Formats: sequence, structure tokens, C-alpha cells
Amino acid sequence: MPTFTPHTPEEIKQMLGFLGLDSISELYSHIPDSLKLGRQLAFQGLDSEFDVLSELSLTGETNINSAICFAGYGAYDRLIPAATKQLSARSEFVTAYTPYQPEVAQGVLQAIFEYQTFITRLYGTDIANASLYDGSSALVEAINIATSLRGSKKVVLSESIFHNYRQVADTFSKGTDTEIVTVKESDLIEDLERFIDSKTAAVVVQTPNRYGYLVDLEELSPTISKHGCLFIVVMDPIAASVLKPPGKIGADIVVGEGQPIGMPLSYGGPYLGLFSLREDLVRKLPGRLVGRTYDLDSKIAYVTTLRSREQDIRREKASSNVCTNQTLMAVTAAIQLSWLGTSGILKVAQNSFSAAHYLHSELHKHDFEFAYDKPFLWEFSLRFNQNIDKIIDAMLEEGFLAGVKVTEEFSKEEFLVVAATEKRTRSEIDSYVNALVKITR
Amino acid sequence: MSETNIRKAPGGGNAASIPLMGNKAEPTIFEFTKTHRKSSNLLNQGIEKIDIRSAVADKYLRDEPVNLVEVSERDMVAHFTRLSHRQYSVDLGAYPLGSCTMKYNPKFCDELASLGCFKNMHPGAPASAVQGWLKVMVDLEQILCEITGMSQATLQPAAGAQGELTGLLLMKAWHKDQDHRKSTIIIPDSAHGTNPASVTLGGYKVKTVGTNELGSVDLESLKSILNEDVAGIMLTNPNTLGLFEEDIVEVAQLIHSVNGLLYYDGANLNAILGKVRPGDMGFDIVHLNLHKTFATPHGGGGPGAGPVAVSERLIDYLPGPKPVLLDDGYYDFKIPSNSIGRIHSWHGNSLVLLRALGYILFHGPKGLENISEMAVLNANWLKKRLESTIPAAYDRPVMHEVVLSAQKLSKESGIKALDIAKALLDKGFHAPTVYFPLLVHEALMFEPTETESLDTLEELAESIDMIVEDGKKDLEAIKQLPKNTPVRRVDEALAARKLIATFDSIGD
Repeated sequence: MPTFTPHTPEEIKQMLGFLGLDSISELYSHIPDSLKLGRQLAFQGLDSEFDVLSELSLTGETNINSAICFAGYGAYDRLIPAATKQLSARSEFVTAYTPYQPEVAQGVLQAIFEYQTFITRLYGTDIANASLYDGSSALVEAINIATSLRGSKKVVLSESIFHNYRQVADTFSKGTDTEIVTVKESDLIEDLERFIDSKTAAVVVQTPNRYGYLVDLEELSPTISKHGCLFIVVMDPIAASVLKPPGKIGADIVVGEGQPIGMPLSYGGPYLGLFSLREDLVRKLPGRLVGRTYDLDSKIAYVTTLRSREQDIRREKASSNVCTNQTLMAVTAAIQLSWLGTSGILKVAQNSFSAAHYLHSELHKHDFEFAYDKPFLWEFSLRFNQNIDKIIDAMLEEGFLAGVKVTEEFSKEEFLVVAATEKRTRSEIDSYVNALVKITR
Repeated sequence: MSETNIRKAPGGGNAASIPLMGNKAEPTIFEFTKTHRKSSNLLNQGIEKIDIRSAVADKYLRDEPVNLVEVSERDMVAHFTRLSHRQYSVDLGAYPLGSCTMKYNPKFCDELASLGCFKNMHPGAPASAVQGWLKVMVDLEQILCEITGMSQATLQPAAGAQGELTGLLLMKAWHKDQDHRKSTIIIPDSAHGTNPASVTLGGYKVKTVGTNELGSVDLESLKSILNEDVAGIMLTNPNTLGLFEEDIVEVAQLIHSVNGLLYYDGANLNAILGKVRPGDMGFDIVHLNLHKTFATPHGGGGPGAGPVAVSERLIDYLPGPKPVLLDDGYYDFKIPSNSIGRIHSWHGNSLVLLRALGYILFHGPKGLENISEMAVLNANWLKKRLESTIPAAYDRPVMHEVVLSAQKLSKESGIKALDIAKALLDKGFHAPTVYFPLLVHEALMFEPTETESLDTLEELAESIDMIVEDGKKDLEAIKQLPKNTPVRRVDEALAARKLIATFDSIGD
């Protein structure tokens, strides 16, 4: 039986003797026998770490991980440099606890402070928290702030938000009794007034949206602020490096999925919930926040702050229950953004843009049909008169993850959402287009 | 400060003796910036540039590029390496932090989580492309159910608190289908703060049950607040005092008698692996903290994972899509018939789940029992070893952790729980949890975990004795500690009063 417990048989005897006990089982003697399991757990263990690695590698190899990734939808196959991988794997970061003892947690605290700075610069907001679980949990927390601030329970969501985010918002709305109204994006833009009333706490919009195209936030923000609702924007962080920062054009809360800034695809997690807002909303901020202060020797020090918002102090009056977050991912994002820097993030955006537009033009040459004729960055939607699941399966046989299938909420029409990043080469794109031609014609 | 302590055990001794815990302040990354200095390099894609500005209208685009930093790779590597040197971690020393189970995180699990066949998979891939991932999830679900004595589980919740809220939503959906009108959840006064916060977000009201003189749920107090309005109770067993709730069967009967459900907070599962199971105690819903019991690293505050397991009557309500094994051996997703919906953007903190499965398989059934046994042995040893210096709040055998009360010490000498915690940092140990649970005065909550050796425990105990002795001689001196750490006690009030939460707000 392999183990990480260091106790020698002599030590166990010595420790039991110190406690006046004869056997380990006496440590459990105060537990009623009727409750005890009285048998071994029924599952098969392995003999060593080598056995575990070999067995689970075999399992892992049944994943088709050689498929070239043209899927996006909030999770992007991006370049991650060795520096980011190695720094974020440093065991001082990986095996640290929550920084409740600032004297010995300056490393994580300062990295989070830097992360918070980066996120506010990207989103044009004043304050960013130390992370939430993922993009959808960030959206849920934003909705909760809006309903608690406005004392009203109705929230208007654009249909073009990632459907999985909306599903998560729906799930948690059952606890808070929030009414989530989904509205077609074009209706929102044409006639926003029609969907806002005195009970509306917030309007939520995503750009680039789930179909990939851009939404003009400035068409919406004046009406939203006129009605005193909160404007919540969901935005990809790399897109935020080229798009107008939402916080500067009327958004009150900006959230997003931080995976594209340094995290591998990881089959969906651990990812990083980006959360930021206007300074005057800071008392409602969910989760941890790192602030800068001084120590007894007047040295600069970092510490988690405005702690009275948090669940361990406010308990049932807290507006969020978040405790453990995704700190290591936030540290990773700080590292990745430092590596990319001002010019690098633009280059990532530009190269992804070029790749996706090259793909778009090649598909256009072959008369594929696009769902929308609107400006996009690195993701767009294709329309087929064939079963999209079958196309995805057939493309997998050809060595490609073709994209993600989405269903338009109202028309029930299905699209294939396709993304190309700075990681996709011309030859990969050419082969993708050829394969798609082959299987659909 | 010229301490000459020689470190005996790897677990602690003197913060200054940890080679790299430097105390020189590190500038922020923003202070390394120099205009036009570059770090990044990207792949040659062989694609002609299509300028964003040529294809997207100006109204969408930034006027100015976003200002991040302009640093060399060499400088940024040095910066983050130096930051890591200003950070305590399990790999540096002992973390006897009650309620958090800061055990050693095996290195092979890091390797497991970095296997490309798992790490590189896109979460939107169809089931046919991720058979390996789905097998990992189904296998983990089954073993977690065996460990907890439950029927099925969801792996989606990303942390314990999200698991709690998931559990409460499960309760709510079940009661609704049963036409039960319920509005309150009972929690003990010793509960974690996430419990009451989750109750509120689950749309329930909190009723608090008291703790008796033995440190257990007070059955009389429970009976007095029990009525048909009670939707359920949230408990952890062993409780946050490290004590086993011996009356748990009666508690379960009482709650079930009003059609309530029992929710098990798995924060303290490390004490009972293979010994007792929440399902056998009568619990209906169980969340587990994989980053505690199953050694996935805490990451400085996350990522965690908080799977939720349920008894038979709740399985149709579990979140979906849920990985399942079909009769023909194929893995697929299924949405349970009355599912409360989706909890996570995708499938949960998958790589954390993978690490936990590796850890569990490594140990096997006997190894898991050994974990709990050694964790309980360590906690009881520490309790007895320290009883003359700082006695336990409740003098009963403990499970995996012990709550000491420095109330008497503090009255007699002025030494507070906080002083002991801070002084321990100087000795190279992480501080215990202090002032929690709230019902214990001057609480110091120690959870040594099973991976600390007797040598380390002895050194920890000696360090505490020494701190108390020193404090009795010179109280003011220990109020000044720590002195050997990267920074000393920090001005938390200033941080809150004059909020500086970004580099850009310095000097505002």
C-alpha cells in the first residue's frame, strides 16, 4: 500500500502510548459501532504512482487529442509560452493556501494585485476582484449585485450570450428568485425601451457574442443608464485588447472567461472568472480583493481587503458565498499578460484576426454560407443544410475539431461556430477547408 | 535578527531559515516597464496580415492600445520567481491550518494533470472525442459515492461553496416536487461562513442551532426550533470543533420526521475515510472538497472542486449534462429528468478532478483509511501534548483537528490567539486558523494532517511552548512578531480605509 504518511510503526506505538491507547481503532471508539462501515471500501487501488500514471495515460489516450482545434465558444486554443507554464507551476504558488496570513503570502497577494490591475486596464473598469470560478459564475455574481442594488428581480439577457452561461444563470436564479428574460439581440438594439421597465435591474450583453460578431455597446448604454439599470457586459479578455473598453462606454460591470490568457483548454477547467466593476459598486464586490498597504516597518505590503463584504464575516447577510476561487489561474493570467505585454496582446489579437479572416475568405470561395454578415474578430458562424453533429463527427475523422454547435433560441436554427487563433497555420486552415468541402459536398 | 535555531524537521523552525523567504520588497511588474521593450514571440502562421482596422469599423475599436507592460522575458521571469520566494506553501513547511486540510500534494498528480491527452482537450468536443475524460469523471463519481455512501454525484461545482449552493438548490427542487412548503435551513452556530451565505443565496432563511457543553449539536435546542417549515440542516461531521457528532442518527431522525433533508459539508471528510460514511449516518446530500481531502493543491486560494453526491431520491435532480456510462460501454452525456440545470460553464474543474482520481487510486481503500487514521492520531497527539500550555476547548477525543482555547492564557498573561498565530509564522510554521469557530473564545484551530511527521509535531509543540514562555516574560515583544517574514503585521485598517486595489490607483 503506497502512502504519504511518514509514521513509522515505532512512532505510531509511541504516539498511541502517549495517548494511553493500545490500537488505532481506539481512536474511533467513541463512534457508535452501528455507524461504522465495517468493511473495506469497494474499489480497486493501484500499486504506485507509476501504475497510476500508466493506467490513467491509457485512459487519456482514448481522447482524440490530435484533432486540430477550430472550436472556441469561450475556450480558445492559444499559444502558451514556456515561461508562463513554468512560472505558474512553481510549487510556492501551486501549494499555497488562501492568503489570510499576509506576512507569509506576499507572493500570491502581489501577483493578484498585478492581476487586478491588468483586468481593469483591459476592461476599462476601476476594480477587479481576485477571480471567480469561470465566466458563467462571474455573470451570476454580476446579476446578483444588480438585483440586490436595485431591489428588483428582473434581468434582461441578450440571446447572443453563450448559452451555457445563460443556463448557469438560470440555475442560480432559482435560489435568488430572479426573473431572467431572454431577448433577441436585434430586438434589444432596435427597441431596448420596450424591454426595460421599473422592475429591470440589469441588461446583459456579450461582445463578441456567441455567434462571433461584434455588438455596438454604445447603442445600448445611454438607454440603460437613463433607466438606472446596471449594464453588464460579457467580453473575452483578448478581444478587450482591441475593442473599446466597456467600462469607458457605460458598462457598470464587465465579466469574462480568463482561460484565453494563459490557461490550457483543460477540458473546461480550471478556468478563470474575470470580474470587474465601477469603483462606487465596490462594497458589493463578490469574492476576494487585494489592496496595498504598509506593514509595521512602513514597508509596502499587500493584504486581502474590504473583508467585511465576505461570507466568513457577513455570513447569511453576505451577497455572495464565494470563498475558494481560482487564484492560481489569476496568478497565471498575470504572468501571461506580463509576458505578452502591450505589443504581444495586440499581436495575438491581430494574428487571430488574420487567421480567422483568411479561413472566412477560403470558406467564402467554396460558397459556404455564413449565418451573419457582420464584423467579427476570430470567430464566426456557418449555416448548413445538413446535420451539424454529423459534420462535427465526420470532421473529427478527418482530424479536426470543427467548431461548436449552437442553436438559436427563438428560431431553433443550428449553426457551427468556428474559431481560428494565433495558433492556427495556413496549412491547417487549408486542410480544414478541404476536409469541410469533402464531407459536405 | 540573529536567530541561531538549527532546523530539526522540514516542517518548521524559523522563517529566516527557509532559504528563499526574502524580506526585500519586490517592485510591481509595472515598475519594470520600458517603452518599446518586448517580451513575446508568436508562431509563424504563414498567413498574410489582414489589418483589424481595415475590416472593423472604428466605432468598435479602442482609440489607444491597451497599456499592459513592456518588460523582457528575463525580467518578468525574475519578478515572478522573486514573488514566489515571498510566499509560504505546503512545499516549504507545515500548514497546521484547521478546517483546511493542508496536506502534502503529491507531485505525480502534477504530472497527471499535465498529460497532453487530458490537458489539451476542448470542452466543447463531442462525447466521441473525449471518451477518456468521461471515463475519468464516471469512475471518480462512482468512487466518491462509495466513499460517502451515496448514489450519484455531480462533478460540476468548482468549489465547496458552489457545491453547498448546488445542494440547497437540489433540496429546493425536491421539496417543490413533493409540495412541501419550506423556508428555513438549520445550521449550527459552529458552521463555516459559507453555509449561511449559501442558505441565503439558495432562497432560504437561516435558523441557528446551539452547541451543547460537549461541543455537539444541542438536541434540545434542535427540537425547540424544529417544525414543518424546516427544509433541512447543514452539518459537518466531524464538526468544525473536530468532534464527532455522536447523536447524528437522532439528528437525522428528527430532521427526516419533518420531511427535511440532511446536507453534509465535506470540509472534514479527511477524518473518516473508509471508517464512517455520511450516507450511513442519514445524510441526503454531501459535498466534498477535493482540494482538502484528496490533496489537490490549493493554488493560493483555488482552484478547488466541490462535487456533490446525493442519495437515491435526489438523483433525478442532479445538474446536467452529466457524464454517464451506457450499457454498450460508450460514455455519453445525459441530462437527469428533473435536473436543476447547469452549474459550471463546462464540466467542472476537470484537471482537479483528474488529480483527485489519481490520488484516490494511488491510495486504494486501505491507503485512504490510513490517511484518516494518521490524521486523527496526529490531531489527538497534538491536543494532549499542548494541554498544559493551551487546553482544548472541549476535553473529548478529537478527530482530524483540534480547537484550543487561549482564553485562560489570555486572561492571565495577555497573550492572544492572534499573537501565537503570528509568532508561529516567525518559527517557520503557517499559523493555525484563529477566532473560528466563533463560539470558542480565543480559538486556535490546528489540523496537522496525516502527512506531517512526529518530528514536525514535536517541533510545532515546542515552538508554541516557547512562544507562550517568551510572551509571559515580555508581552510587548511577542506583540511585535513576526519579524523574520517577508513583511511584518500589516495595516489592514489602512488598506480598507484608503483602498488601493490597482497599480493605477496608487497616489490618487
